[in-house]
Amino acid sequence: MDQKRPEIDAIIDRYHGKKGVLIPLLQDVQKLEGYLSRDSMQYVSKHTGVHLADIFGVATFYTMFRLKPQGKHVVRVCKGTACHVSGANLITEAIRSELGLKKDEDTTDDGNFTLMEVACLGCCSLAPVIMVDDTTHGKLTPDKVGGVLAKYK
Amino acid sequence: MSQLMIKVGMASCGVAAGAGDVWKAIEEYMANNAPDVTLEKTGCIGMCSYEPLVEMKSAGKDMITYGNITAEEVITAIEAHLNNDAEKLESVAKRIIPRVETLDKQSRIVLRNTGIIDPTSIDEYLANDGYKALEKALKNMTREQVIDEIKASGLRGRGGAGFPTGLKWQFAYQAKDDKKYIVCNADEGDPGAFMDRSVLEGDPHSVIEGMIIGAYAIGADEGYIYCRAEYPMAIRHLLIALEAAEKLGYLGKNIMGTGYNFELHIKEGAGAFVCGEETALMASIEGKRGMPRIRPPFPAQSGLWGHPTNINNVETFANIAWIINNGAAKYASLGTEKSKGTKVFALAGKIKHAGLVEVPMGTPLRDVIYEVGGGMLTEKPFKAVQLGGPSGGCVPKELLDTIVDYDSITKTGAIMGSGGMVVMDESTCMVDIAKFFLNFTQNESCGKCTFCRVGTKRMLEILQRITEGKGEMEDIDKLYELSENIRKTSLCGLGQTAPNPVLTTLRYFKHEYIAHIQDKKCPAGACQALIKFEIDPDKCVGCTLCARRCPVNAITGTVKQPHVIDQDACIGCGACEAACKFGAVIKS
Repeated sequence: MDQKRPEIDAIIDRYHGKKGVLIPLLQDVQKLEGYLSRDSMQYVSKHTGVHLADIFGVATFYTMFRLKPQGKHVVRVCKGTACHVSGANLITEAIRSELGLKKDEDTTDDGNFTLMEVACLGCCSLAPVIMVDDTTHGKLTPDKVGGVLAKYK
Repeated sequence: MSQLMIKVGMASCGVAAGAGDVWKAIEEYMANNAPDVTLEKTGCIGMCSYEPLVEMKSAGKDMITYGNITAEEVITAIEAHLNNDAEKLESVAKRIIPRVETLDKQSRIVLRNTGIIDPTSIDEYLANDGYKALEKALKNMTREQVIDEIKASGLRGRGGAGFPTGLKWQFAYQAKDDKKYIVCNADEGDPGAFMDRSVLEGDPHSVIEGMIIGAYAIGADEGYIYCRAEYPMAIRHLLIALEAAEKLGYLGKNIMGTGYNFELHIKEGAGAFVCGEETALMASIEGKRGMPRIRPPFPAQSGLWGHPTNINNVETFANIAWIINNGAAKYASLGTEKSKGTKVFALAGKIKHAGLVEVPMGTPLRDVIYEVGGGMLTEKPFKAVQLGGPSGGCVPKELLDTIVDYDSITKTGAIMGSGGMVVMDESTCMVDIAKFFLNFTQNESCGKCTFCRVGTKRMLEILQRITEGKGEMEDIDKLYELSENIRKTSLCGLGQTAPNPVLTTLRYFKHEYIAHIQDKKCPAGACQALIKFEIDPDKCVGCTLCARRCPVNAITGTVKQPHVIDQDACIGCGACEAACKFGAVIKS
């Protein structure tokens, strides 16, 4: 806890004196580890003077913040309306079976993939759609899922 | 001009459809062959179902648009154009699309540049009357004249509620404070809507110009664009645009030598649908949990950090420069008595030409779907169109002649909303759709108001029961009762409109609820618990594909022998039906 975290200090310095910066600050901290660890949140609180409760409040309110470690690649399945009516559920099932994820799991044992369901990705005309890291893959069928994921294995 | 001009649609939907590979192939070809070709990126022209889209124009000839083109075919097309090779042109002719037809039925004001210019080039924006409206407003118009012009245009907020924009500006203008803010709501969160993404990706300057004009009118010197983090390309293009506009003196200190200062920032959202509500959005910009608060005070009196603030959405701002340039009267000549101008819709779902369209207000829904949208995707008949996302509702085929304007759509029980239009056919279950939206709002409720937090959860549980065949007739009464209470006791729009998808489906498709409850049947064959999959032993050849696809290993059998589905283990996902090439899996 008392250990110096220079990379977090640098982020805090960057936002020092600016207003309304808690969210981007935490987003940057999250980029360091892929999630917001308890230690990191405590460190930010101690060195910015923002109450830990406020930090935790923000971290739990927004879906982009994760409190658990995540896989190297993030697979986002769109559950927007167009994807829903085009069989997004089947895509999720296919990804789960391809990655061998059990019912309540979202990250593979080897830490390579994390599966998330997200609100609309805005590529409705290509439904059903998934986004792996920053790349969107559209017009999917359960058959095609294996081929898409293979590129990231 | 080069011998051949090529434009590739590189908005995120284009890239998702493979435009990146097409682009790379062209670049490689150009590096190896050094032809006299100009290659450019552009945004989304709106014909998303044809992505990847490539336009080619040989000197002195008409432009040809290719759709659904592959990396290989694009090279053939380039060679065909460069060498006037009729044979090669013939081989890619199947990819040529009749572009004019779909675009002719539209009136493009908001989308005037989207899919035409390179969004990362301010020069192209300037060449298309860019920043002329800003110059006119700053140099030749008073603040009051700008506000009057917008008022006279009849423009209403395109985010969904439809509040008159000019009036909103006037309130912020009249507020007394040394510091005022202007905010662009680009937190487009409705599932099934992607209008704002396309505008931000394809024509970011039009939004920025509209914002500066608005800021000048109300007397703000600082602004924020609050954009969803799920739109990385939109954010990238906005940042490029901001830098370019600053460099040329359209932003920053002493804009165009007029002494007017305006500073603009981009704020990335962190994923919360409720932040589309203006008071929640402001809390989020301030770095807090995005929870709505009671109004009054309205943002025009006390907004960001307690200062007067004006908030409009992306599409609203994208209209502004056009109105200033072309005059309020011309804008008001489009549309109906109470809804002026045009509206952009994102067509998606079971429709042939899914994509982005802009039509004059007053166009019947039927024309939007069947003429502009090309009709149904498959032979399955139309069942309903969902408007307004989680706050909206499903409009049935009997009401397809409803015209697109705020009041007419509200009468159907749906709302205009931000412009998502998801077309559904007979394979969509309306109870399932209601459940889908309730699941969404229930997840996104910030938790502040009890009825929104708990009531939506109870409604979702009831819908879950009904779709599992465990519903009772009294459940329908309970749904009505909860809907009424949630509507009355929620603070913000999210809660007040959350019951709409349930109310509209109950209003027009009650028989489907009853079929689930009394007959334990899902007429659309969509609810997993009420459908059964079986394998026809006469048709099954024992290829084992279905057994391999089954996510729960419910299918057994030996190679080349008919397989069997274990009904107790089956979850009804339909993966086997989709996988079977012999039509041996039967749904009942």
